[in-house]
Amino acid sequence: MLSDLSGWAITAVAVLGVLSVAAGVAVFVVDSMARATFALLASFLAVAGILLALDLVYLAVVTALMMTIEMAIMAVFMIMFMMNPAGLMPMTMVHNAKGSAVTGAGAFVVLVVGIWTIDWPTRDTSRPADSTRQLGEAIMGSHMLVMLVIGIGLFATILAGTVLATARGRYDRFGPRLDSQRPDDPVSGGLRR
Amino acid sequence: MTAELVLQIVLTVAAGLIGVGLFGALSQQTIVMVMMGLELVLNGVLLAGGAAWYFLAPELPDAQVLVVVALVVMAVEMAMGFAVTVAFYRARQLDMIDMASDLRG
Repeated sequence: MLSDLSGWAITAVAVLGVLSVAAGVAVFVVDSMARATFALLASFLAVAGILLALDLVYLAVVTALMMTIEMAIMAVFMIMFMMNPAGLMPMTMVHNAKGSAVTGAGAFVVLVVGIWTIDWPTRDTSRPADSTRQLGEAIMGSHMLVMLVIGIGLFATILAGTVLATARGRYDRFGPRLDSQRPDDPVSGGLRR
Repeated sequence: MTAELVLQIVLTVAAGLIGVGLFGALSQQTIVMVMMGLELVLNGVLLAGGAAWYFLAPELPDAQVLVVVALVVMAVEMAMGFAVTVAFYRARQLDMIDMASDLRG
């Protein structure tokens, strides 16, 4: 069956596909950590463009907006924590490069062999008029369990992130049994002083 | 061009992203770069999910829901990864995974 994508859409998918993989490779090639972050952003934006060409407007916009913000935060963390953020002093920070390359290439080959040998089913059903409406009705109806699990997962992430990022909690202040009369604070003041 | 060929091309791109991301996640030494590798793998899942919806089952919302789940996994991975990075740096002033090998379970 002929694809119902237009010639322009197929060209866009091909160009953006090459761009996304090239940007993904650039993440691990460039020296500057800031450039690596923006290369990853370019890869995400290229995938968002492909999703847009595939009629998934909502998911494409969510991917583009979310990843832009995420990579902006990541750039800050890169510059905070990496020892060579600007890449002015080229250094390789890899371990087991050969084994990793073999594993990555092996996974790619296995997937490609599967992709090109499977007899993919042909579609004989109609396309929905609005993919966003289809998704919205699914997550508020037949697929609501997915949204419930996602909600609980995100809430657990908020709690766990806060616990991990807290420098000093109540156990640091009042001891492992919380029975200390006076909190062990580095400076005076605070609760129960 | 047949729909099957376009699907195979898009899925090959997704496989490329997953392969590159796997290489990065396994080879990089700093926690933030490992997270970038994992993000690339999830980027491939996003693309494969979108292609599966468009070419295989557009009448069903399942592939779209899978893409939403992949996006949420990305957000959770970023949040927890940065929280672990902050906690680890605060405890040891380090950002390399090799120096935390004593935390292996």
